[in-house]
Amino acid sequence: MAGSHGQQGRDPVVVLISTGIRPEEKMLIEAFRRRDIALHAVDDRQVHGTLSAWPQNVPHAEVVLARSKSHWRNVTLARWLEAHGARVVNPSRVLETCGDKAATTLALIGEGVPTLSASVAFGRESGLEAGRQLGFPLVLKPVVGSWGRLIGKANDRDALELALEHKEAVGGSPHAATYLQPFIETGGMDIRAFVVGGRCIAAIERHSTHWRTNTALGARAVGRPVDEDLAAVAEAAAAAVAGSLVAVDLFETPHGLLVNEVNGTMEFRNSVETTGVNIPGIVADHVMAMASDGLGLGLPQVS
Amino acid sequence: MSVLTVAECPVCGGDVEITPDVIVGELLDCDDCGSEIEVRTLTPVRLEVAPTPAEDWGE
Repeated sequence: MAGSHGQQGRDPVVVLISTGIRPEEKMLIEAFRRRDIALHAVDDRQVHGTLSAWPQNVPHAEVVLARSKSHWRNVTLARWLEAHGARVVNPSRVLETCGDKAATTLALIGEGVPTLSASVAFGRESGLEAGRQLGFPLVLKPVVGSWGRLIGKANDRDALELALEHKEAVGGSPHAATYLQPFIETGGMDIRAFVVGGRCIAAIERHSTHWRTNTALGARAVGRPVDEDLAAVAEAAAAAVAGSLVAVDLFETPHGLLVNEVNGTMEFRNSVETTGVNIPGIVADHVMAMASDGLGLGLPQVS
Repeated sequence: MSVLTVAECPVCGGDVEITPDVIVGELLDCDDCGSEIEVRTLTPVRLEVAPTPAEDWGE
């Protein structure tokens, strides 16, 4: 247990754990610096220790921002820190849900949030049957993964069969289960909405000439006004996964907005200038509100 | 932004500008070859190729 938890008369300690310093981490460090709060950056590759104690090379903290690039590293670190009294943003259960597309879909369905239909299959024949029932074209994704990696579009049964055969041959955890969704024609555009502390603070549209609209793959980001409908769906999605810092990816369809994915370690490097919203500053305020809550300092709460 | 120093890209040998605001652990892109490079130390400047993304990396 962190020995200094709950003490008053000092600044709350906030730690950022990441894998190297990306533009997002640099913006967060600067946002905290502007608030005269030191954000202690820790590289996850330096962390070790016995699980019965607070991890070594991590300062004792009221709040830890978990931003490892690795899903499993992030979940493990969050569980470890929570077991020793830290408030982790996002908590391990949120990271677990958001890092697993099937778990995310189940959470969204459970809370009645509009989302794409999705199927899961565990073998070649069952994958083909799932595809037949879903209809073509469809999109295959690994259950765990991001940035558009290993995501494929099958326009017909033959393409799906080839993809499933390759997954079986390659093997490994990314291919242990196949997650399938109907392909939604959106003209190469989807929406990303940022939700902090339950409130949708900003959104972008991601435009691409490719059907995959990940900015990691070169999609262009432009600001998108947050209207009532978008805010309602994005905030409902965040609530469904219990995430306080999440990026919600949505498709605009004739049936309304549908949630595609919810990201628990959100990237926003392309979204500050494009939206004009100080996303890292709002994140810093939210985290400080959590930290001060832990110390009883009564700093302003984020609405 | 003024340049603190210029270091050699560990991939292509091109010049990588290290500005005064760069911090240890920061990930930079080489302007010449596009490789992602990690700043391991600043005194002296030591650059390494950033780790290759693993299967479970993402957001």
